[in-house]
Amino acid sequence: MDSLYFLIPLALILTGLAIKCLFWAVNSGQYDDLDTEAHRILFDEDLIKTKPEKSASATSKPHSK
Amino acid sequence: MNAAISSSLDCYHCSLPVPANSDYPVEINGHTHSMCCPGCQAVAMAIVDGGLENFYRFRTESSARPQQKKNDFKVYDLQDVQIDFVLPLEDNLRRAQLLLEGITCAACSWLIEHQLKGLQGISAFRVNASTHRLSVDFNADQILLSQIMDELDSIGYAAQPATDDRQQALLKKENRTALMRLSLAGFGMMQVGMVATALYAGAIQGMESQWQYYLRWISLIIATPVVLYSARPFFVAAWRSLKHRSLSMDVPVSLAIAGAYSASCWATITGSGEVYFDSVSMFTFFLLLGRFFEMRARHSNRMAAGNVAQLMPLSALLIAQSGHNQGESFEPRAVPVKSLQLGDRVLVKSGETLPCDGEVVAGRSAVVEALLTGEPNPVDKTPGDRVVAGTLNGDSVLEVEVTAIGAQTQLSAIERLVNDAAQDKPHQAAIADRLSRYFVAAVLLVSGVVFGVWWQIDASHALWVTLSVLVVTCPCALALATPAALTAATSWLRRHGLLITRGHALESLGKVTTVVLDKTGTLTLGHLAIAKVDCLPSCELSNEQLLAVAAALEFGSSHPIASAFKPFCMGLKAKEVRHFTAAGVEASITFNGNLLTYRLGYPEFSLQLCSSEYTPDQRQGQWLLLASNQGPLAWFQLSDQPRESAAPMVAALQQQGINIELLSGDRSSAVADLAQELGIAKYRSGASPEDKLDHIRQLQARGELVLMVGDGVNDVPVLSGADISVAMAQATDLAKTRADSVLLSGDLTIIPRAMHKARDTRSIIRQNLAWALAYNVIALPLAAMGMIPPWAAAIGMSTSSLVVIGNALRLNR
Repeated sequence: MDSLYFLIPLALILTGLAIKCLFWAVNSGQYDDLDTEAHRILFDEDLIKTKPEKSASATSKPHSK
Repeated sequence: MNAAISSSLDCYHCSLPVPANSDYPVEINGHTHSMCCPGCQAVAMAIVDGGLENFYRFRTESSARPQQKKNDFKVYDLQDVQIDFVLPLEDNLRRAQLLLEGITCAACSWLIEHQLKGLQGISAFRVNASTHRLSVDFNADQILLSQIMDELDSIGYAAQPATDDRQQALLKKENRTALMRLSLAGFGMMQVGMVATALYAGAIQGMESQWQYYLRWISLIIATPVVLYSARPFFVAAWRSLKHRSLSMDVPVSLAIAGAYSASCWATITGSGEVYFDSVSMFTFFLLLGRFFEMRARHSNRMAAGNVAQLMPLSALLIAQSGHNQGESFEPRAVPVKSLQLGDRVLVKSGETLPCDGEVVAGRSAVVEALLTGEPNPVDKTPGDRVVAGTLNGDSVLEVEVTAIGAQTQLSAIERLVNDAAQDKPHQAAIADRLSRYFVAAVLLVSGVVFGVWWQIDASHALWVTLSVLVVTCPCALALATPAALTAATSWLRRHGLLITRGHALESLGKVTTVVLDKTGTLTLGHLAIAKVDCLPSCELSNEQLLAVAAALEFGSSHPIASAFKPFCMGLKAKEVRHFTAAGVEASITFNGNLLTYRLGYPEFSLQLCSSEYTPDQRQGQWLLLASNQGPLAWFQLSDQPRESAAPMVAALQQQGINIELLSGDRSSAVADLAQELGIAKYRSGASPEDKLDHIRQLQARGELVLMVGDGVNDVPVLSGADISVAMAQATDLAKTRADSVLLSGDLTIIPRAMHKARDTRSIIRQNLAWALAYNVIALPLAAMGMIPPWAAAIGMSTSSLVVIGNALRLNR
C-alpha cells in the first residue's frame, strides 16, 4: 500500500504533462478547425491509382451512362 | 460510354438541375458526368486536370455553383489595397488572409491544399473549413497574390480579402480558451473521480484515516486548477450580474462551486466532515461542455449566416482627381476606395458594384438598385442622375463623380437606421431567466435559514448541512432545462433549413401573431424568368427555337434580363452583337441555314429592324419583342416568379390564425397581383424602409408580435425592428447579420412548421422546469434535515439532469 505514496503523485505529474501537451496543441492552432481534421483520415492519397470504377458511384451522385 | 444526357439530371458538381439541351460533359474517374453550366464544367476540368478528382469521392456536400463572371484579381496586387489584409513578414514574405466563398465541406480544404501545394513561391498555408478562411504565406518575388486568387478561382472558390481580422482573432481566442478550460475540467473530473471511488469505497468498508487524509489532499490538488481556471467564467459572470443587481443562473452555480470547494478544503485541512471535490469537478465539466457546444453552434451559425463579405468593393478605377488639374482625366488606375476624395471621377465597368455615391457624368447604363429599393428591374441612368454605393452597374460603362464616400453614403445611412431600430427592439424576457431569479433567491434564503437553525441545534453540523443543501439543490437540472430544449429544437430547425442565430427567436416564434412579408426575393425568386412566350401568327418557329435564338442574342451579357434566357441556350452563336442601353440587343445569327439579323428588346427598338406594319398592342407587365429583319417573331414576358412554397406557407399560416401582410418597396402593380394570387388580404406597395419600420411599430403598438421575412438591404431596418426576423439565404450579408434567423433552404413552408416547433419547445421547457423544481422541492427538506449523504446527492443531481436532457431530445425527432 505504501507504494501509493509514490504512484499517485507520479500519476498526477503525468496528468500535468498531458494537459501541458494539450494546451500547447490548442495554442498552436491544431484544434481551430475540427471539421477538416475529423475527415482528413478519410482522404486517401494513393487511391487514384486503384480502380476508380466503384468509387465514383459511391458518391451517390447521378451520372450518365 | 456515350454521353446520352437526359434532361432530369443534376449537375455532378453543384447538384443543381442540368438544363435541357445543354452539353457540358467532364470525364471524372472514368465516367462522363454532365454539368449544368460552363462554370461548373471549367471548375470540374481544372480539378481533374490537377489530378485531384478524388475530391468528388471525399466530399460530403455538393459544391457551390461557381460564379459565371470571371473575377479580376489584379487590383489586389496593389500595395495600397493590400494594407488591409496582407501582413509583411521578413524579406519578401507576405501573409495574406483570404475569405473563400464556396467551401461546403471538409473535402474542400483537401482540394485547396492540394491545388496550392503545386504552386511556386508559397511557403505555408492553412485552410480552415469552419471559418472559410485561408491564411497563406507567399514570396512576393515569386508569385503575385492575384495568381494565387486566380488559382483558387479556377477550382471554384472565389477569394476575397478577409478584413475582419480582429473579430476573427477574438473568436479564435474564445474557442481556444473554452477548449482549454473544458479539457482541464475533463482531466480533473476523471482524476478526482478515480480518487473519489476509493474514498467512497473506504467510507463503506472503512479505511485508515491516514489514507483518507492522503486521498483527500490528492483530490484537493487536482480540483484546485479546475475551480480556479476552468470555473472562472462562472465566477466572472456571477460577479457581473451581482454588480448589475440581478440574479443570474451563474450566481448559485458559482456559490455551489465556491462553497463546496472551500468547505471541502476546510474538511481536508481539519480532517473533519465531507469532501465534495468530485461533484465540484464534474459539475464544472458538464456545465462547460454545454457552453462549449453552444459556443460552437454560435460560431458556425455566424459563418453560415454570411461570411461578412463586403458589400462594397475595395478598389475603384480613378480617372480624374479633384483639386488641381480639375477635370483633367488620365488613364484609369485602380486605387483603394478609401483614398477617394469628393469630386474625384471614377470609372465603373459593367457588372461592377458602385464604390461611392455619385453623379453620372458620362455614359448610360442600367443600374440594379434592388439593394436599396427592392425592385429587381434595372433603372436607366444617364448623365446627371444620382447613383448609390453598393448598387450594381448593369450593362455599360459609367463615369461617376464622387459625391459621398464611406459613412456619408446612403448605404451607411441605412445602417444607422438599423442600429436605432435594434435598440428599440422589444426584448422578450426568457421564462427560465425569470424563474431562475426567484429560484436563486429562494435557495439562498433557505440556505441561510437552514444555517441559522442548525447553528442553534448543533453548531458543528451547521456548515456541512448548509453545503449539502447547496449541492443537492445545485441548479444543474434547472440550468439545463431551457438550453437543452432550445439546442435540440435549434438543431431540428437547422436540419430543416432554418438557422436560428439569436437565442430569443425560438422562444418568441411560438407567440407570433402577425407575419409581414417582403415581395422581391422573399415571396418571389428575386430574379427575372420567362413567364410566357407569345408566338406571333406570322412566325413559323417553335417556342424552343425562339427561345434559343433569344438566348443566343443575350449570351454573355451581364444584364439581369440575360440570365432569364440562360437556361434555353442551345449553343447557337451570335455574331456582331451590339447592345443598346435601355433599348435592347442586336446580332446576326445563322439559324436553319439562314443568316438573319435579330433584335430583342423594347417593341419600338425591335420593330425598327424590319419595315413591318405590325403595331404592338399595349400589354400588362414586362414584355420584350423578338424580331428579325424579315418581321416581328414573338413576345416574351419576363416576370419574377413566386416561390413554389409561397402559397402553401400562406395557407398554413392562415390555418394557424396568423395575420399575413405583404409590404414591398416595389411600386408596380405586381404587388397587388401577387397578393391576390397568394390570397393575402393586406398589402402595401412602394413602401420605403422608413415606412416599413413605421408600419411594424404601429403593429407592435397594437400589441401584435411581428415576424418579418425579408432579404434586401431595404428590409434591414425592419428586420432589426421586428420582434423576430427571418432573412432569406440569398439575402445581402447586412440583412443576414441583422436577422434573428436565416432561411437556408429557401423553402418558406418551414416558417409555419417552425412556429409549431417553437410551441412544442415551450411546453418541453415547462415540463423540464417543473421536473427540476419538483426534484429540488423534495430534495431540499431532506438535505436541510441533514439526511442526504454526499453520494446520494451526486446521484440525485445526475439523474435529474439526465431526465431533463432526455426530455429535451424528444424535440430533435
